[in-house]
Amino acid sequence: MKHKKFLFPALTTVILVTAGILYASDHADAPAVTNTTSDITDLYVFAGQDANNLVLVGNTQGLLSPGSTAAAKFDENTLIEFNIDNTNDNIEDLVIQCKYDAATNTMNIYGPVAPSEKGTRSKLEGNVTASVAVTAYGSAPAIGTQNGIKVFAGPRDDPFFFDLDQFKKIIASTASGFNNPGTDHFAGTNVMSVVVELPKSMLNSSGKLNVWLETKKKI
Amino acid sequence: MITPVKIFSVIITCSLFAISCKKSDKNSNAVYYQQQDQAGRPALNTVFISAANKDKFNVTPPSEQNAAFSSEISAKLTAFGFTTNILEITNAQFTSVLATDVLNVSTTGETAFYDPTTSPVTALTGRRLQDDVIDVELTLIFGGINGSSNPQLTSDHVNGNDKPFLSSFPYLAAPF
Repeated sequence: MKHKKFLFPALTTVILVTAGILYASDHADAPAVTNTTSDITDLYVFAGQDANNLVLVGNTQGLLSPGSTAAAKFDENTLIEFNIDNTNDNIEDLVIQCKYDAATNTMNIYGPVAPSEKGTRSKLEGNVTASVAVTAYGSAPAIGTQNGIKVFAGPRDDPFFFDLDQFKKIIASTASGFNNPGTDHFAGTNVMSVVVELPKSMLNSSGKLNVWLETKKKI
Repeated sequence: MITPVKIFSVIITCSLFAISCKKSDKNSNAVYYQQQDQAGRPALNTVFISAANKDKFNVTPPSEQNAAFSSEISAKLTAFGFTTNILEITNAQFTSVLATDVLNVSTTGETAFYDPTTSPVTALTGRRLQDDVIDVELTLIFGGINGSSNPQLTSDHVNGNDKPFLSSFPYLAAPF
């Protein structure tokens, strides 16, 4: 408890002054992406129902209310890209690119493939390896299966949970800690989600991967 | 007013631009995409990076993040009152983990952000939908060596999602 006295002033000074309004996970994390189709909310990577597979989830466009979800769309000019490093140098060795095609309302998947461009600029690599019709709000999920890859694209419940409002009060020194039970700020909100499941064997892994999610805008 | 001369000059300018592109870029027809946002672990940019650097963080490749942001992250941990945490790692060690924002994933073992129910404890081998990543991060920042310091700050007492996940693809729950 001896930390308590200096902790709260420190929290207040550091976070409130330098970070401004806090959101959570990666939702609305930076001014340039907030309220755009490029705004990432979360990345999840876990073993599939079939343990030979890995599942990658890329969520974007957070805090969609049920009333605004039917109108939410993927953006043809925003590339959603999973980056995979399998040599532990934090440089991508493989990418899985998710590119929406508005004319056919389809999410096309490219890769996993070794990219010809690394870093902050990308182009579509190789051919489409799997695709799926984007699932409409209220419809059963459409699942595309090709080349051993399963893909889903469309609105889903935001799986992230956090008592963000109480956290903000702690930061503002108007509360000394969390409530029990807390209140999930993300309850009842949706995201635009891309889910890709594929055999681990397609990722050239020696056992460990470093994975990150990027959004990139057409230039 | 748009005159034929103006249109002509525009055409010339465009062609010059196209030619200069062609010279410098053998793949002149390719469409390129420029980075806007990135994320590896949850809440890294949100919690640890200053407002002035948030956009920069989102376009700095992970391999360059440590050099660019480790001093800022370490200072923030100090300001949080960080002491050696339950993973028995120091400020410097924790900083080196945090400053490269990638999700470490095992392709051979269990995948979890943190799962104390396994033996040994599973840490940083993925991120499942149900993982309470906020409590894990709060505990690693505020909980000290036993995870029991500052108990009012180490859990938000929201322990799961508001809708059950699916056991099969696409795993995420249907939208509200």
